Amino acid sequence: MGVSILPVLEVKDVVAGYGEVEILHGVSIKVDEGEVVTIIGPNGAGKSTLMKAVFGLIPVKKGRITFKGRDVTGSPPEKMVRFGLSYVPQSENAFATLSIQENLEMGGFIRRDGLSERLNWAYELFPDIASRRHERAGRLSGGQRQMLALARALMLDPQVLLLDEPSASLSPKMVEAIFERVAQINRSGVAILMVEQNARHALQFSRRGYVLAMGVNRLEGAADELLESAEVGKLYLGAEP
Amino acid sequence: MRLERWITPAAFAAVTLAVIIMPAERSGWAFRDSVIPFLASFATTVAIFAVISLGLNVQWGYTGVFNFGIAAFFMVGAYTAAIFTKPPPAQPEFVSYVGGFGDKLDFLPFLSSDQWLPFLIGTAAAAVMCGVLAFLLSIPTLRLREDYLAIVTIGIAELLRNVSIEERGLVNSARGLTGIPRPFHDFFDPGDYRFVYFGIALGVLALVYLAVERGIRSPWGRVLRALREDELTTAASGKNVFAFKTQGFVFGAMIMGIGGSVFAYERGSVSPDTFTHFFATFIFWAMLIMGGSGNNKGAVLGAYIVWGLWIISLQLLGYDLPQFLRSRIFFIRDFILGALIIAVLLLRPQGLLPEERRVSIWLERQLKRRRRLWPWPRRREPTEAAPVD
Amino acid sequence: MTDAVSRPADLVGRAQDIRRRYGDTAVTAALWLLIVGLVLWSALNSDTRQLFVNGVVVGSVFALGAIGLTLIYGILKFGNFAHGDLMMLGAYFAFFALTGRVSERPRFDKELPWSLDSLPGAVDRLGDLTFGYGLIIAAVVAVAVMAALSIGLDRLIYRPLRRRGAGIVIFAIASLGVAIAARSLMLIIWGPEPRSYVTGIHKAQQYPFDIRLKTDQIFIFAVAVGLAVLVYLLLYRTKLGKAMRAMSDNPDLARVSGINTDQIIAWTWVIGGALVAVAGVLLAIQAQLNPQLGFVILLPLFASAILGGIGNPIGALTGALVVGIAQEVAVEYFAPGYKSGVAFVILIVILLLRPRGLLGARV
Repeated sequence: MGVSILPVLEVKDVVAGYGEVEILHGVSIKVDEGEVVTIIGPNGAGKSTLMKAVFGLIPVKKGRITFKGRDVTGSPPEKMVRFGLSYVPQSENAFATLSIQENLEMGGFIRRDGLSERLNWAYELFPDIASRRHERAGRLSGGQRQMLALARALMLDPQVLLLDEPSASLSPKMVEAIFERVAQINRSGVAILMVEQNARHALQFSRRGYVLAMGVNRLEGAADELLESAEVGKLYLGAEP
Repeated sequence: MRLERWITPAAFAAVTLAVIIMPAERSGWAFRDSVIPFLASFATTVAIFAVISLGLNVQWGYTGVFNFGIAAFFMVGAYTAAIFTKPPPAQPEFVSYVGGFGDKLDFLPFLSSDQWLPFLIGTAAAAVMCGVLAFLLSIPTLRLREDYLAIVTIGIAELLRNVSIEERGLVNSARGLTGIPRPFHDFFDPGDYRFVYFGIALGVLALVYLAVERGIRSPWGRVLRALREDELTTAASGKNVFAFKTQGFVFGAMIMGIGGSVFAYERGSVSPDTFTHFFATFIFWAMLIMGGSGNNKGAVLGAYIVWGLWIISLQLLGYDLPQFLRSRIFFIRDFILGALIIAVLLLRPQGLLPEERRVSIWLERQLKRRRRLWPWPRRREPTEAAPVD
Repeated sequence: MTDAVSRPADLVGRAQDIRRRYGDTAVTAALWLLIVGLVLWSALNSDTRQLFVNGVVVGSVFALGAIGLTLIYGILKFGNFAHGDLMMLGAYFAFFALTGRVSERPRFDKELPWSLDSLPGAVDRLGDLTFGYGLIIAAVVAVAVMAALSIGLDRLIYRPLRRRGAGIVIFAIASLGVAIAARSLMLIIWGPEPRSYVTGIHKAQQYPFDIRLKTDQIFIFAVAVGLAVLVYLLLYRTKLGKAMRAMSDNPDLARVSGINTDQIIAWTWVIGGALVAVAGVLLAIQAQLNPQLGFVILLPLFASAILGGIGNPIGALTGALVVGIAQEVAVEYFAPGYKSGVAFVILIVILLLRPRGLLGARV
């Protein structure tokens, strides 16, 4: 993990929310090239809202979002994808009525060439879904659907992947598998910004972490420091196993 | 913003001036003999249509039930009232219809009951028939997407109109029913009767208005409005959504039936021609949307404005128009009504008189904002359940 | 609320529980069996054979309209109540392109100095068809105009409503306004008298089994089937079509995937507008040009689209053929005025038993 001069994604003092309801009151986060960053925090802290604001799904009222030094504040999601970010929403993250193959094709919608190579690459990375490529995504199990969502988000070969609770409502075994896959994706050079309820698990393979509460930064630091911090442990990680 | 405040009074004033000045000018300013009787008839029709518009407001404005077949209820109301007040057919070979209970319903031997009792019963029967029809239609549709009811009601309106034409013995086919008696008719000079009937229509409107206001401000009405805004939450708070929607739909339909009956007494004749999709459904939507759905005053004001426009177009025919306009004036009026509906939806979706928000303005705003983020309605029908890991 | 009201509601609920228990499959199988049985019976019965064939033709016209309707319904998520009237408007545009006629005063037309029928041989009949190549060019003109008009209407009306987050009912009311405006526009420009593209009487041809058919009718059937297949291929085989389905499934996720939803909507209107125009021209060939016809056809269109499953073009074709055949065959047993009642009964039955439609809602 080389030390980069510029963070690849930087969120600075972002204020955002739904309509007049402000949920983020000035959040700052940065992601360096190739690193895994996890955001943890209690329910209602604004973690998912932050993801949506970064990706242009909700308007940013104040603050700046830069991607590779370029100001991308307020760009709509269809632009964000072109810059090199990708996003996996927490729920409804696959087109249930489309086949698995079609889901992946939609993931690569703006690709001009190399779609079939990328499809093969995705199927190699996620063999579970490869065998069912012509089935409707709605028929997949929760874990497989999550795999599909990851694969869809990777179709454009992004530099930064935003994951909103990838392990939500999955069985422990599936959680393990998903994290393994996320780590594998990261090793291929994709920086990952992740929101997780499963905080301990996520921090264990992250480099850095942020703690969000009530729409503001509460704590930040190296992942292992956060894991050892008494405050974090008490508040967000639950009792020591 | 400041200009917008003047839209409602301006529209009201413009229509009022036009419906007074045009007939006055054409009759040589003969107010007593011509303008006043004309205005009485105009106001009577407005009152009757306002009743139906109120019925639609109960359905759409308060319950969120989407009725595109008002013609069906209007027609059932009018015909039911007619067969309850007319005597049985005198020459069945020429004129035939079912019922004809009029001569049996004046059973009270005092107070000249033939002058009012059959009409009361006829109106009640009209309301009941429409209520039953609405209830039957609610069964296949109200659990589904909102617009399925719209399609089904369009269908029933067309079907009933066809039935009334095809079934010879039912309501005298295409020629319709004529000679419908009128309440208290024998007590007054025929020339004055229109003023009496205006009073009756106004009385009915007032009663319906009060009933709707009472209903809407009651706990029952609050549930209706709540489920119009958010069905899911209302269901989650333990309300039987389907039952409440059915009740709102039935209540509105009964009001439409009452309006239809008052219409039949006023016209003295009804025929299937009246109850077309355009005349008997669209104009009520125009009235409600223009006036402001969810506001009873708006429903009444909308009836006034739209019927005013209608009458203005008729009045224009009395002037020396170029041939081009003369043969097209009604089509142009229809075009303007269609365009006006769209314009209101786009520029002033709340209508001329916006709904008075009582429950919680803050909450309303939040709900609206949330919805804006999700530009398409969420799917109601469940998607296939995913197997659990 | 009170028992009296909720009891029948419970009854419906119980019926739906039973339906769920025995599975959708049983209901669908029974419905299919019933439909196939009735269709076969009407085709084999010599009293109704001709009506059956007429029904296929009428159904084809319904199908042309229902395919466009179902596409817009499936992707933009609202029932377009202007569809029938816009079909008729498209037919009138083709009429205008062909003949250059507009109504000046009742029963008297004004004619432009030049129109497509002034082209050499433009109105000479193509084979056994009643029309010449002029009408085909006119139809193409109508397709272009209606596609442009559809986009225009979207920009002017539906897009602002979408931005505001209006519910489907507001869209439906707006489309009712469009329907009224379109109908009165036809009445203003071309008057209320029915018209047709060609004048004169055209005899039907005799076919085996005592069936009489005009070649125009075979043409209509072929176009309907062809368009249904084309739209199906568009939705399932092309990138644009898949993006349309993706957007219909989950608009936010579509945007997240880089799909420009505004563009997809524009394309949907282009295709929908083109389908409207083709359907209108063929409706006018089969029946006539008549401003009132657009509304008459609306109910069968919706019945067809819902019967086949909203968003599914093959379903729309199937549904339309069933509705068309049922309507025509019913003439043998009921007064002709009840034709629209047939579509209504089919609609009620399908909404009660299988609101997703025979072939399941797609898109």
